Amino acid sequence: MNIVIPIVIVGVIGLLAGVVLAVASIVMAVPKDEKAEALEAVLPGANCGACGYSGCPGYAAAMAKGEAQPGLCSPGGPAVAAQCGEILGSGAVEMERKAAFIHCMGSADNTTEKMAYDGLKSCTAASLLNGGASSCRFGCLGLGDCAAACDYGAIEICNGVAVIHEEKCVACGKCAAACPKGLIRLAPVKPMAVVRCSSCDKGKDVMAACKVGCIGCMKCQKICEAGAITVKNALAQVDPTKCTGCGKCAEACPRHVITMSAGE
Amino acid sequence: MDAQMIRSLVAIFLAAILTENYVLNKFLGICPFLGVSKKLDTALGMSCAVTVVMVIATAVTWPIYTYILVSNGLEYLQTLVFILVIAALVQLLETALKKYMPPLYNSLGIYLPLITTNCAVLGVTMLVLEKGAADPSFGYVQSLVNAFGSGIGFLVAMLLFAGVRERLEDCDIPEMFRGLPITLVAASLVAVSFLGFNGVVDRLAG
Repeated sequence: MNIVIPIVIVGVIGLLAGVVLAVASIVMAVPKDEKAEALEAVLPGANCGACGYSGCPGYAAAMAKGEAQPGLCSPGGPAVAAQCGEILGSGAVEMERKAAFIHCMGSADNTTEKMAYDGLKSCTAASLLNGGASSCRFGCLGLGDCAAACDYGAIEICNGVAVIHEEKCVACGKCAAACPKGLIRLAPVKPMAVVRCSSCDKGKDVMAACKVGCIGCMKCQKICEAGAITVKNALAQVDPTKCTGCGKCAEACPRHVITMSAGE
Repeated sequence: MDAQMIRSLVAIFLAAILTENYVLNKFLGICPFLGVSKKLDTALGMSCAVTVVMVIATAVTWPIYTYILVSNGLEYLQTLVFILVIAALVQLLETALKKYMPPLYNSLGIYLPLITTNCAVLGVTMLVLEKGAADPSFGYVQSLVNAFGSGIGFLVAMLLFAGVRERLEDCDIPEMFRGLPITLVAASLVAVSFLGFNGVVDRLAG
């Protein structure tokens, strides 16, 4: 019975190693942070990274150590923020809901195609080929990389431009990372002006490329009483923290590229 | 320990670093060599962990092989048993570090568990037995010195290569060579340069 000896030897060595490890894990146990565990249980577990930490366990550990504030978890929203605040003992936490906004209105009606693109149906691939088929080199290519990246079905391609359903958006930021043109940015959901254009071209070029592009005429900047709009590189930009949502810029815009976000 | 012995130990140590370098000469442990050599400090951390594990693993596997496996005629089981022992050791080391040296544990991070599957560690423990079979004077002490030297050799290779890669970052590399291709080319050049050490150790110690 030669086979018995090797089995016994390997078995005994394995058993010894197992016993030593088991004893070691008891003797040298490190007390785990109970707070971190409780926080991790509350978090959605999506590991999306929207909070800026490496997944939910990382964020929970940072919160337990007091390095991070509750309320950074956008998929969890106010409910999770409140639960986290309760566990940390800091009471309820006010949380500003954010959503992704697409800064382009270059639909098929507003832009033209400078070529017939017949390649892979992906914005990333298309943008490598001379910046994509759209007449505007900054504009939405409408091939839906953002929609594919969205886990919540909040993005749809309508008539060649991506549209975000704010009520479904949890502001995880995956679409913003997926867009090769950088057209998607996260902003608070509140009544405010949104410049639906990202073109830094000069006015004349924008006019040629798109019916609704921002030409940098400065009218919005001049009319804004809150000083929330600045025109930089021939493109108007709204500071969400200053915008009061009065809507005067939207009325003044000759290109109708500023729209008002209604908020909740 | 007489002068002759010390001399032979130094020769073993230097040979393990230069002429028998596990990464650049035997091509073991290429995965961490390519994967963890992007930055100098992580390369240093990984190499130190590998060195420690190599010495401890040899210290345990050598007696197991010599006194348990050989005496029962079970040399063919060495791969299986060694993997088992190394995995358990790394796990034990991790638990101990977590308890007694948290800063070191945190700085090593993911590299410690990764060593479990590092073939350089398994290679050091197994190839040293071949040497012992060829030369009866190659005993326990020599094996330990060889393991330590191999670890230092790994460290030297990692640090050299990390330095090369940090310099590569600033170079204008043709697009088709960017990333892994140029890394492999650089690795092969570093390996070729180590061939220049052939014979050096024999002369030094002989």
